[in-house]
Amino acid sequence: MDLIWDGLREAIHIIRTGDYSVWSITLRSLLVSGSAVLISLVLGVLAGAVLAFKDFRGRGILLSLVNTGMGLPPVAVGLLVAILLWRSGPLGHLRLIYTPTAMVAAQTIIATPIVTGFTAAALRHLDPRLRTQLYALGASRPQMLWVVLWEAKLPLLAAVMAGFGGAISEVGASMMVGGNLAGETRVLTTSVILEVSRGEFAPAIALSIILLVLIFIVNAILTTVQQQERM
Amino acid sequence: MKKIRFGMLVTALLLSFGLIACSSDNGTEKETVQPTSAATTQSTPSGTAAPATSTPVERSGPKDVIVATTTSTQDTGLLDVLVPLFEEESGYNVKVIAVGTGQALAMGGRGDADVMLVHAPASEKKVVDEGVGIDRRLVMHNDFVLLGPSSDPAGVQGTTVATDALAKIYEKGAAFVSRGDDSGTDKLEKALWKKANLDPNGQSWYEESGQGMGATLQIANQRDAYIMSDRGTYLATKENLSLTIVLEGDPGLLNAYSVMQVNPDKFDLVNGPGGKAFADFMVSDKAQSIIKDFGVDKYGQALFTPDAGKTYEQLGLATPFG
Amino acid sequence: MPAKISLRDVVVRRRKMEVLRVPALDVNEGEVLAVIGPNGAGKTTLLQVLALLDRPAGGEVLYDGARVRGRELSIRRRMALMMQDPLLLRRSVAENIATGLRLRGVSRSERKERIDRWLERFGVRHLAQRSAHKISGGEAHRVSLARAFALEPEVLLLDEPFAALDQPTRETLLDELAGALGETGLTTVFVTHDRSEALRLGDRVAVIVDGRVRQVDATAAVFAAPADEDVASLVGAETIVAGKCVSRGEGIASVRVGGHLIDAVARDGLPEDVLVVLRPEDVTLMKPGKHPPVSSARNHLHGTVTRITLMNYQARVSVDCGFPLVAFITKQSLEEMGLAVGGEIAATFKAHAVHLVARGAPGAAGELEASKTAP
Repeated sequence: MDLIWDGLREAIHIIRTGDYSVWSITLRSLLVSGSAVLISLVLGVLAGAVLAFKDFRGRGILLSLVNTGMGLPPVAVGLLVAILLWRSGPLGHLRLIYTPTAMVAAQTIIATPIVTGFTAAALRHLDPRLRTQLYALGASRPQMLWVVLWEAKLPLLAAVMAGFGGAISEVGASMMVGGNLAGETRVLTTSVILEVSRGEFAPAIALSIILLVLIFIVNAILTTVQQQERM
Repeated sequence: MKKIRFGMLVTALLLSFGLIACSSDNGTEKETVQPTSAATTQSTPSGTAAPATSTPVERSGPKDVIVATTTSTQDTGLLDVLVPLFEEESGYNVKVIAVGTGQALAMGGRGDADVMLVHAPASEKKVVDEGVGIDRRLVMHNDFVLLGPSSDPAGVQGTTVATDALAKIYEKGAAFVSRGDDSGTDKLEKALWKKANLDPNGQSWYEESGQGMGATLQIANQRDAYIMSDRGTYLATKENLSLTIVLEGDPGLLNAYSVMQVNPDKFDLVNGPGGKAFADFMVSDKAQSIIKDFGVDKYGQALFTPDAGKTYEQLGLATPFG
Repeated sequence: MPAKISLRDVVVRRRKMEVLRVPALDVNEGEVLAVIGPNGAGKTTLLQVLALLDRPAGGEVLYDGARVRGRELSIRRRMALMMQDPLLLRRSVAENIATGLRLRGVSRSERKERIDRWLERFGVRHLAQRSAHKISGGEAHRVSLARAFALEPEVLLLDEPFAALDQPTRETLLDELAGALGETGLTTVFVTHDRSEALRLGDRVAVIVDGRVRQVDATAAVFAAPADEDVASLVGAETIVAGKCVSRGEGIASVRVGGHLIDAVARDGLPEDVLVVLRPEDVTLMKPGKHPPVSSARNHLHGTVTRITLMNYQARVSVDCGFPLVAFITKQSLEEMGLAVGGEIAATFKAHAVHLVARGAPGAAGELEASKTAP
């Protein structure tokens, strides 16, 4: 119990003194996971739209794969990406291993099935005749998609929240492809692991609290937007 | 109206993320991660702030140097002092990947690292024999200690020979936590059990964590168990532990650190010059003098003994590989 | 001048099965074409083809005489479609109208003007800023109407637009629609399963059964002279009985049906085996024993009342006079005559009211009675 109180006090102290390293780690977490979520948003929404609207053989299998992907173990993704990016791997010449870019890539792979699954579900939920009506109003296919996505923006915002939560909370993949390098690829989750292994529980708890608060703030903003759109 | 504002917000976010994420790739900021807990701040001989006087050397060719080392080395904090100094002087960007000894040597074996800094002489032989690790040089040494709960249920206190202590623990069936991860520490521990003609495998009181030294110490701490650790990690994490030293000083507990370059001729992507520069730095007078004093002001004693230039035999090892 | 929209040799398939085949169909400029048929007949499919939302597997669609292939989107932007469910978007009513206008490149000021005008026209201007999913069903249908008309299309297509509404609302909206159509003179195709709506709005009626157009003609013609049995029952001719044409002369044909000989108007090309088709409105009932009033009603039969069904404004009386006959009478007459099931009754109808249809496979070999007469 003392441990948690110490952690809380440490957290407040860090926030008040504005310790540089913690803020840069937090910023890096936000940037890496934020980028991953934005990329997965673009990819996931497009993929989700195709899955929802286009009838093709094997669509059922693909949907099952996407749903499986939503539960993909991040550490397995991390291992795969690491093997690819190691110098000894096929993409070694890209020199991306142990960089934030590699982390963004891994987190994007983790988040994209989540966004795809949510988007497909949200779009399938819409009345299929709506698309007919939009075409009749004079929409081209991209215009129709734009309107339909706007109609489904409530569940889509939920998709973004889920994707962001998954990306910023994961530690296995970030550890493996990032290497937890101070000043380069250290993020909140990997810092917690490091501090714990050093026996520094108070900073670990402080970092965990900051991570929780961060996720809460992002979700609060998105939820407010979502609820506002309810009109 | 609302739609336009929303669209602009999303575009702005996308742009700013993209820009900043790309720029943070440079890794030019070099800070230590420790939050303000006073315990972990280190003072370096050259002062606490990174000197701004000398500008970093401009490098052509690959700027990154990947150093594969062990978690125990990382956990001592020594590299947190040496690496920034090296980067400052050389202009290279060092990526220290701290894993178990087995993995560090395997990374070198695949060409996924430029230089290896490990402390498992017997295992290093293979890498050298294969021609993967070149120019192996002794850097420093420390020793291992046997830790245990203050209650000392197996009555190890006072023993001077490591194998005797292990025999007592075995007989008593006292809780013992091992690394179990094929690291240098782990190999040494297993070798000692073998020397004592005992096999703790499968015994209920013998646990393997599969993790780094720091994490395993925590586990042993929670369990009030015996554990073998390198002195450096122990001293660095001592105040978070309730374990104490129950045996030390046995010559068989010596822990020698060597630095080896990964042979650039064997792998296209290895940074030959970078690896060499780092290895040279580790045995340089500057680095050695830092190593000599490292830990004194904090623990009252140095964590390591600098050994550059010495032979392995001079240390008391039968061969360069243990 | 070519028809506004023409279909030639159109075939539509769903999952390898043919669901619609239209050798030829024209929608003329300025007319209201009502499309009726049973469920699953292909009415909606036909509308989708006309709306260029469904590309047929075979055949051509022509707009203003020219093939539409390759320019569907630009032509779609000259038409408007109203579906059974308004399917409004989750935004304000005004925004809903604006969406279509924006897609068609209408300028901002023009958009505003049209939105105001048409919302006003259909009595929902006060809902302009209300979110579209917070209005009632009837209001939503009005918005749907406004949305369609605001597009100022060249062709208006409606798919059972008021089917989901209650009777009084439906009738009100039908009136409004009729009014707006009359004012604008829009070319309109109107799909409905309610023949009274077809009767009300349609200049011409197309009857679809089983994916084939069985008859296309002026409304009155279709209702008075259905081409076959299916069409007959669709247009509400409730008496459809098999008979044999026994003689013909002086423009009158004698048909033996149910043990009687009745007079019908002779028509060329009728075979011996016919179907006698009679609308209930054309049958007059009177007390038996009364002498038939001196009129041109050449057919006078006696029978027994088998069933009486009370409807909105009338009573439907089924009579067995050797063959089943259905008549409508006012509720007042019902009371006055003291009709009851099992009672004796006399039925009278003119020869002109009797429509004869060749008996045999209906709709065989492209028999659509496309009358080229102007509506």
